[in-house]
Amino acid sequence: MERPLTQHIISDTSVRNLENYRKVGGYSCLQKVLKSMTPGEVTNVVKVSNLLGRGGAGFPTGAKWSLVPMDTVKSNLPKYLVCNADEMEPGTFKDRYLLEGNPHQLIEGMIIAAYAIQAEKSYIFLRWAYKKAEKVLRTAIEEAYSAGYLGNNILGSDFNLDMHVHSSAGRYICGEETALLNSLEGKRALPRAKPPYPALNGLFGRPTVVNNVETLSWISHIVEKGAEWFKGLSLTGTGGTKLFGVSGKVRKPGTWELPLGITFRELLEEHAGGMIDGHKFRGALPGGASTDFIVEEHLDVQMDFKTVAAVGSRLGTGTMIVLDDKTCPVSFIHNVEKFFALESCGWCTPCREGLPWVEKMLSSIEEGTGKIEYLDLLSFSAKYMSPGNTFCAHAPGAAEPLQSGLKYFHDDFVKHITDKKCPWR
Amino acid sequence: MLSVEEINEIQNEIKQYPYPKVACIDALKIVQQHRAWVSDESVSDIAELLGMSAEEVDGIATFYSRIYRQPVGRNIILICDSVSCMIMGYESLYEYLSKKLKIRFGETTSDGRFTILPNSCLGDCDNAPAMMVNNDHFNRLTIEKLDEILDRYK
Repeated sequence: MERPLTQHIISDTSVRNLENYRKVGGYSCLQKVLKSMTPGEVTNVVKVSNLLGRGGAGFPTGAKWSLVPMDTVKSNLPKYLVCNADEMEPGTFKDRYLLEGNPHQLIEGMIIAAYAIQAEKSYIFLRWAYKKAEKVLRTAIEEAYSAGYLGNNILGSDFNLDMHVHSSAGRYICGEETALLNSLEGKRALPRAKPPYPALNGLFGRPTVVNNVETLSWISHIVEKGAEWFKGLSLTGTGGTKLFGVSGKVRKPGTWELPLGITFRELLEEHAGGMIDGHKFRGALPGGASTDFIVEEHLDVQMDFKTVAAVGSRLGTGTMIVLDDKTCPVSFIHNVEKFFALESCGWCTPCREGLPWVEKMLSSIEEGTGKIEYLDLLSFSAKYMSPGNTFCAHAPGAAEPLQSGLKYFHDDFVKHITDKKCPWR
Repeated sequence: MLSVEEINEIQNEIKQYPYPKVACIDALKIVQQHRAWVSDESVSDIAELLGMSAEEVDGIATFYSRIYRQPVGRNIILICDSVSCMIMGYESLYEYLSKKLKIRFGETTSDGRFTILPNSCLGDCDNAPAMMVNNDHFNRLTIEKLDEILDRYK
């Protein structure tokens, strides 16, 4: 089984330097691109490969790049490439592995992506807590500058690119791509209205592409080995492997690179080693805190964007949080909703008012003072925080674990209310 | 007044962007790195350096959870209270720490040694429960480990 993204990550303590990266063929793809490919050809390979964005939304990467104007009209210059390395979703830790383990793979991917859209400046927007990744990235960028992979006239071509790391100051909403752009501009991280989309009007009002770490780490491999090779890596034809992760009461929590399309059961039982003795599986958020629960009956579903969506959830970031029978589902959901309530940017009403309301009701159900009519109010809230009712995807994300939790753990909610206490305490 | 060192570091960040006020968040982080927190005076100093109003800088400073607008202790403990860390038992660790240090979330010990804050999440979910002290990560925490970790920070 091929593991293109992680095969050269030996352990999380061995920081990869430029020399080691070059020994395994690093930067040879960049050389080939600058010597023999036009920007359009690069974009086309990525488009044909059907690489879907690995940040959570699964938007086709090639299509995103294709929206960037390629003329040289002055009002469209300079263009920007931004790497979203904010990874703030609770339960998500996959990009950290790539950032700390193979920084040059990301940098090479970013240079090729920047060439494809003809950007001359690139930023890495980094989660504030990733102190080690920050150090690793800064060192790797310096190495890339001294070797002539960054700066002016890269490898003797007429392509120029600068790269800079911006370490964030917290707030989950920064991961939303337009909020990220505002934050990178030094402002409060409020999402922007779309359209215009960042590809036309992004950072500092200029055409900008924002891609996730895992997405950009793919670029050199896809351009080097081709779209057909990439498609063949998955079991479902979507294309590629994916970093999957599991946390919770499993024997071996961790992150693994596996083909898209493996089943939940395989991930949980073979890779995460199954549940810890004395704990039973009750459900899981399959792709981070903002995805709908899956339960026992879904364990044989293949983990791919379409197949997970077909059972009412989302692949999201591919990092699963497992709910076991010794953990109270109400307190699990309360924890998640409290997070979303705190992290609302406060811009639109359903999110700013709705989420604290939800949090308070869940808190009182958990404390044993909840009323049965709260269940309808919670469903009402989830419904009106869904897509189309809010300014950005924050509240709809918060609604996902809530609405599915109310459905799958209905009896547990009712028991809290009728017994006037949490059965798990 | 900002120190020469702070000003130099902020100027270096300004170079990365098309105009000075873009470096506002970097400037807040730099000042905090030197002074542990960002006072009203520092907000005004940053505003003047970047050509902004103090109110605009404060609006940005108060938005971000890792910018401190109140004095903090010499060491900041950030306990991850995300759902993965909750499943793995962060609450009992917090209760233990809280009793030992005689402070709750958001408070500072009377000797100024520790401030304790909640934070979700630290990206260490496969090694939960996790916390940070200043810039250092700790995971797979137990009560025994906590005692040993606290001893390292004076």
